[in-house]
Amino acid sequence: MTNASGTSGPGPGPVSPAYLDSASSEPLHPAAREILLAALDQGYADPRRLHGPARSARLMLDNAREVVAGCLGVRRDEVTFTPSGTDAVHRGLLGLLAARPQVGGTVVASAVEHSAVLHATEWAAGRGVTTTLAPVDRLGRVSVDAVVEAASARGVSAVAVQAANHEVGTLQPVAEIGDRLDGVPLFVDACASTGRLPLPAGWSTAAASAHKWGGPAGVGVLLVRKGVRWQSPFPGDDRVDERASGFENVPAALAAAAALQAVVAEREELGARQSALVDRIRQRVARIPDVEVVGDPEERLPHLVTFSCLYVDGEALVTELDRRGFGVASGSACTASTLEPSHVLAAMGVLTHGNVRVSLTRDTTEAEVEGFLAALPEVVRGIRAEVGL
Amino acid sequence: MDADLELDCRGMLCPMPVIELGRRLTEVSIGGTVAVLATDVAARVDVPAWCRMRGQEYVGEDTAADGTPRYVVRRTS
Repeated sequence: MTNASGTSGPGPGPVSPAYLDSASSEPLHPAAREILLAALDQGYADPRRLHGPARSARLMLDNAREVVAGCLGVRRDEVTFTPSGTDAVHRGLLGLLAARPQVGGTVVASAVEHSAVLHATEWAAGRGVTTTLAPVDRLGRVSVDAVVEAASARGVSAVAVQAANHEVGTLQPVAEIGDRLDGVPLFVDACASTGRLPLPAGWSTAAASAHKWGGPAGVGVLLVRKGVRWQSPFPGDDRVDERASGFENVPAALAAAAALQAVVAEREELGARQSALVDRIRQRVARIPDVEVVGDPEERLPHLVTFSCLYVDGEALVTELDRRGFGVASGSACTASTLEPSHVLAAMGVLTHGNVRVSLTRDTTEAEVEGFLAALPEVVRGIRAEVGL
Repeated sequence: MDADLELDCRGMLCPMPVIELGRRLTEVSIGGTVAVLATDVAARVDVPAWCRMRGQEYVGEDTAADGTPRYVVRRTS
């Protein structure tokens, strides 16, 4: 990880290398680093045992759970630490289905859910579960009516709607959907927004991922609302928390909690600063010919912006930006492992090639953003010139 | 659907089919149509998106004799 303070990284040219991919993973928050280092020496024992070191580990885990619950405005007993955000997504959604074997098996999901949700429904398809995808508009927002109508069909066991889209930043009308679902449980993938925005109301189960808010990787958070029927879809385990599986990474969970507490405390100020920088990027990028900024300009995540450049190969774009010291992500097929275009961009009906997602870290400076904005038009022009456009 | 110009973009990866379309649209007169034959799945989204961004009309999709998807565009400017 590098930043404008020039603490690391070689970096050609006058601009310091800038990591602009926090939506993939936010650098470790300083508050998390401090706690992690202290906890590594203390939190090694099995929290289930009855000796002193175990009691220490148990206290740390309970403390982590309490802090996370407080930050998210949920009950302590609704919080489970999982080995990843993906695992929390799988457990959150599939656990609702496992608890309702008599209902039949249809999941209603927005067409722009994270692939972790889609992989879960594909896996469940092997067990007879069908999935109905609810369409989104050009901004990537799912239609409340379409979700509610699809959910009212017979045999719907669960609905899955993300809090915010991970690729384009658009916020979803989760609370409104939750209000109108008549007894069908709602799984909310909150991985993209947790820490940055309050958890929306209306969830029955929810998932979050610590490395997206500045905690360490390898810590997911599963929320199961008290009173909601949930059953593990996977083999059980004998942990203190019956929803968990495997030996908890106690130091990392505590560090994740510390990071969450820190980002929640600073999010008003940081979110406003990031949102203003994103507005600037949106305005300036839109001036480049044949470039479309996508996602909702207002109702969006504070730190993320996505645009697509006509006639430009996404891989060439990301590679050239990297060469100039800017680390960004792309949803274009040419850069993805799947060779399929991003299902999010396709569902929105926006250009799937030449796509770039810029996401700001808490340390991203105005100078870094200006450097990126200065480099981008030239990079786009150069790649287009190679194909004669 | 008949087209005044057919672009054989079979085997090309994105964004090449759209680049071909962008390069060669002016070979038909205003009101004329161009068909893009493309095996790359991104073309299904990208040809209509190109039309919207470039102010051209997307007519629709059909299938060529060999089963390849064919995307038809009308030049409006």
